[in-house]
Amino acid sequence: MNGVTQTVAAPEAVAAAPAAAAVPAAGHAAAPAAAEDPAQHPGAVTSPMVGTTYLAPEPGATPFITVGATVTEGQTLLIIEAMKTMNHIPAPRAGTVKRILVSDGTPVEYGAPLLIIE
Amino acid sequence: MSQIFDKILIANRGEIALRVIRACREMGIKSVAVHSTADADAMHVRMADESVCIGPAPSSASYLNKAAIISACEITGAQAVHPGYGFLSENAAFAQALEDHGITFIGPKAEHIRIMGDKITAKETAKALGIPVVPGSDGGVPDVETALKVAAEIGYPVIIKATAGGGGRGMKVAKSADELEIAFRTARSESKAAFGNDEVYIEKYLQKPRHIEIQVFGDGKGNAVHLGERDCSLQRRHQKVFEEAPGPCITPALREKIGTICAEAMQKLHYIGAGTIEFLYEDGEFYFIEMNTRLQVEHPVTEAVFRVDLVREQIRVASGLPMSFGQDDLELTGHAIEVRINAERLPNFSPCPGKVKVFHAPGGLGVRMDSALYGGYSIPPYYDSLIGKLIVHGRDRPEALARLKRALSELIVDGIETTVPLFHALLAEPDIQNGDYTIHWLEKWLDSQFG
Repeated sequence: MNGVTQTVAAPEAVAAAPAAAAVPAAGHAAAPAAAEDPAQHPGAVTSPMVGTTYLAPEPGATPFITVGATVTEGQTLLIIEAMKTMNHIPAPRAGTVKRILVSDGTPVEYGAPLLIIE
Repeated sequence: MSQIFDKILIANRGEIALRVIRACREMGIKSVAVHSTADADAMHVRMADESVCIGPAPSSASYLNKAAIISACEITGAQAVHPGYGFLSENAAFAQALEDHGITFIGPKAEHIRIMGDKITAKETAKALGIPVVPGSDGGVPDVETALKVAAEIGYPVIIKATAGGGGRGMKVAKSADELEIAFRTARSESKAAFGNDEVYIEKYLQKPRHIEIQVFGDGKGNAVHLGERDCSLQRRHQKVFEEAPGPCITPALREKIGTICAEAMQKLHYIGAGTIEFLYEDGEFYFIEMNTRLQVEHPVTEAVFRVDLVREQIRVASGLPMSFGQDDLELTGHAIEVRINAERLPNFSPCPGKVKVFHAPGGLGVRMDSALYGGYSIPPYYDSLIGKLIVHGRDRPEALARLKRALSELIVDGIETTVPLFHALLAEPDIQNGDYTIHWLEKWLDSQFG
């Protein structure tokens, strides 16, 4: 399951609304997949805002973090650009970066999982 | 030559978000829904081409979050925002912020939102544009002699109100000159006691007014039209519950007169998009209350009787295209009524969110149901209780009433309490059947039924 791009790209088929409404059971069908939803992972760091993610302070620079890195609480994990403002996203707790769920330039919505720290 | 937008973001939820998505789809424009975490399963999210979660459940952090909405435009490439009604639809700062970011606000200019959003400036502007306002004193009235003079000019009855007032305190009615001195002195002492300021002013007192509003539409370049009136007198605590067009007491001559005044005012203002000028109406006279610089909840009744698509028109003029109709193209046909179905428990109208087990919308000739409900949907407790609008159109008022009764009986919303029983009861009332009601009628009736 591609938990990253779901934020913005709803498939065309979803547009067939009356049908979608008539089959709310479709939501249940998706339930097993939801078990793998990274947003539900206890170590997930979710996006506090809508914007575009950047993994490095500027294009071509070394990324703030890599998988396996140890981070301390408050350390910048990535940047989310919203309304031309670069917002530094701090680590909510110390730990090891297990997964990075976004890539440079990924648009994210509120609540989208960004990475997993354990 | 203007190019119509490729993609529009709808900064709203519920039935009005669907209304805009539908217009977009018919125009070949892609739609972006925004939603809170509580609305992830909402119909507008399902129906739009794309969706973006903009914040947590409280509106203040989601549907009212200007930065998140602008950011959502940026990540989706939406070129314009339709605000619907409520939320940010009459927020001048939002309209300005969008403009500053090169995004089109599908609505009036920030300046016009600002003018009409301020009670005093709005009244002054209306007056200057030739729109009739409630006659009254120019500011405070210092003594009884002046009060008598002003009241005689306005005509009795008059109401004396505290300049610093509100909430009914410091307000006294005088039916004749004999009653004026006592009313004036009482209002002054009440004002002094309640607000620490004894200044009062005088206005004409309307005893049995109706709420009549004129739909206007402009292209922002000096062209503007009116689309007649809606009678929205049936209100509870200033919330409209039943709206109809044409107004049962408005003659073609009256419509022409007040409509022309409003259209000309909007031409002078270079107003762009949809707007509604609200009046109190009594004995053939109109008195300006306020102007709403947005699409109204009850716009479908106007669409029904004039056979136009107001949302499509909003999108057209916002993209710089001319209006698709002029005043001469607008011909009123038949009669339309809208009732607002709320998730509320009677008789107290207490909000009743919860899970809708079955939803069945009425259909057939002359019936329109605008609703974002579906079977299995859980109505979240965070937002407005409006869950649907049932609009009927008939060749005349009796046909529209019969059709409304028929359509209401087809509507099924199972699992929650709604205001549907209210409308069944109202339709049985001779006053409603005859169109004989004022802005006080519904509350009096509710008192007599449930008080």
